[in-house]
Amino acid sequence: MAEIQNYTLNFGPQHPAAHGVLRLVLELDGEMVVRADPHIGLLHRATEKLAEQKTWLQSVPYLDRLDYTSMLINEHPYVMAIERLLGIEVPLRAQYIRVLFDEITRIHNHLLSIGTQALDVGAMTMVLYTFREREDIVDMMEATTGARMHGAYYRPGGVYRDLPGQMPRYEVNKFKNAKTVKALNEARSGSLLDFIEDFSNRFPGYCDDYETLLTDNRIWKQRLVDIGIVSKERALQRGFTGPMLRGSGVEWDLRKKQPYEVYDRLDFDIPVGVNGDCYDRYLVRMEEMRQANRIIKQCVAWLRDNPGPVIVDNHKVAPPSREKMKGNMEELIHHFKLFTEGIHVPSGEVYAGIEHAKGEFGVYLISDGANKPYRMKLRSAAFTHLSAMDEMSKGHMIADAVTIIGTMDIVFGDVDR
Amino acid sequence: MSAKLEQLSQSLQDVLGERIVSITNALGELTLVVAAADYSAVATILRDHPDLRFEQLIDLCGVDYAAYGQVGAMLGAHPADQPRFAAVSHLLSISHNWRLRLRVFATDNDFPVLDSLTPVWNGVNWFEREAFDLFGIMFAGHTDLRRILTDYGFVGHPFRKDFPISGYVEMRYDAEQKRVIYQPVSIEPREVTPRIIREENYGATGRG
Repeated sequence: MAEIQNYTLNFGPQHPAAHGVLRLVLELDGEMVVRADPHIGLLHRATEKLAEQKTWLQSVPYLDRLDYTSMLINEHPYVMAIERLLGIEVPLRAQYIRVLFDEITRIHNHLLSIGTQALDVGAMTMVLYTFREREDIVDMMEATTGARMHGAYYRPGGVYRDLPGQMPRYEVNKFKNAKTVKALNEARSGSLLDFIEDFSNRFPGYCDDYETLLTDNRIWKQRLVDIGIVSKERALQRGFTGPMLRGSGVEWDLRKKQPYEVYDRLDFDIPVGVNGDCYDRYLVRMEEMRQANRIIKQCVAWLRDNPGPVIVDNHKVAPPSREKMKGNMEELIHHFKLFTEGIHVPSGEVYAGIEHAKGEFGVYLISDGANKPYRMKLRSAAFTHLSAMDEMSKGHMIADAVTIIGTMDIVFGDVDR
Repeated sequence: MSAKLEQLSQSLQDVLGERIVSITNALGELTLVVAAADYSAVATILRDHPDLRFEQLIDLCGVDYAAYGQVGAMLGAHPADQPRFAAVSHLLSISHNWRLRLRVFATDNDFPVLDSLTPVWNGVNWFEREAFDLFGIMFAGHTDLRRILTDYGFVGHPFRKDFPISGYVEMRYDAEQKRVIYQPVSIEPREVTPRIIREENYGATGRG
């Protein structure tokens, strides 16, 4: 009798459930995964090497393009690292704006993550709802940064500009009549902060909607409960961070434990899972969105009451205002030197890690005193999470591999850098 | 936070003693340098000793110090007696809530070898593959040291300072051969902003 052997299946790199360009070589015993070998690097752009050729400021837009589902938060550790090397204090208003957009980005990321995970396991409807809310968020980003996705908004020393006083509105055209436009513009009649506040009032209701669709859904639970269980010890050994670590019951969040910016002034809770399976991680992400919404409300309230500068007044780091630059010789020189030669960062090394939507995102910078980084290393959470793919999917059915990829919340811009 | 760092620095000195090559406290971060021979033993102590307890390895990366502090032509300027390649890892203790940077230099510049930390922290597996792929640092004891980020069949270690930003080969579809071919690069690296290191307090005007 012929011996039955394991067979190998090539999953991706163009599979819709691969969340980008993951090539997964699965060794199967019947329908059971014996070994999973992820091949990554198909989206490798050598961001770290490119940063060595650019001035400190020119690298900011590259950071957006790492994890392209949570854009602005990516820039945060990079500018934070530069600020620590320079030893400059960021204005309080800029810190609040950064925290506000970090949390908006977190919601954006989790909406995409949960929506597409549901799509992967067969719940088509979810992604339509989450993308509806995502649209409001990219509108906020567009109003603030000028770009819907890649904002390049955080700068060493603060943020590029203050929040706009007016939210852009729809206009009547041949596709939208006056009545539609009026309805669309209802939330947009005021400033950006009004729009964000309106969104944060609506958002808990949306979360309830998502939960009615998923949380007690029998199929969703059958696909997620007890899949990809990671124990506390294994999660620490594998270097898990963020929702992947908290899902396994470790209470660890950099926003609480090593607070940066103004997180120590804000009131929020950290959800923690119990079983460490995919379902717990889903619940953690869901609760994180609600908590992020709480933080957004507090930031909006503070930002309304406290106008002020949003970037430092040190023209060796931040450019002078356009008006001053045109009228003052010294400011003109500053402006010219800053944009041709760039910032000079004192030699040293620094690691800045933040609680990214996916886990700990860190930037390790080595400077030798030049106008460019000597070495930049990006520590992305998804890279470490994906490295545990073999361990997590071993012994599961092939269909569960898709659930596990979904729960890791991987984005290839981030994994491959 | 600084009192905590001093406590950590003291415990490190008590526990590791002579194995410490140097320990620096800068910008609110502690950097420990150890010799390559002690590397894995020190890592195990860092993880298991109750006063240290670094349960997690957050990051490991390779660094090439060949052009450090130099401008202009970079290649060949590195003195042969100085160590060139280092592996830098960032450790995190969840129970004590502190961080540590651990740096180890490989002794041989032509064939850098370091111990693998995979038995101590399993999560380091891909980070070491990455450091091998991009810098050519070998990790002795690593069970699966394959390239990870670069193309299948890639030659060279692209993040070394003597590797040009444009690379050596480019890929295109050849209509005659009806397949994708590799050929030498047709572009030249172009430096828009030159790398400059200024003296201290350059351009200081008194009011900053």
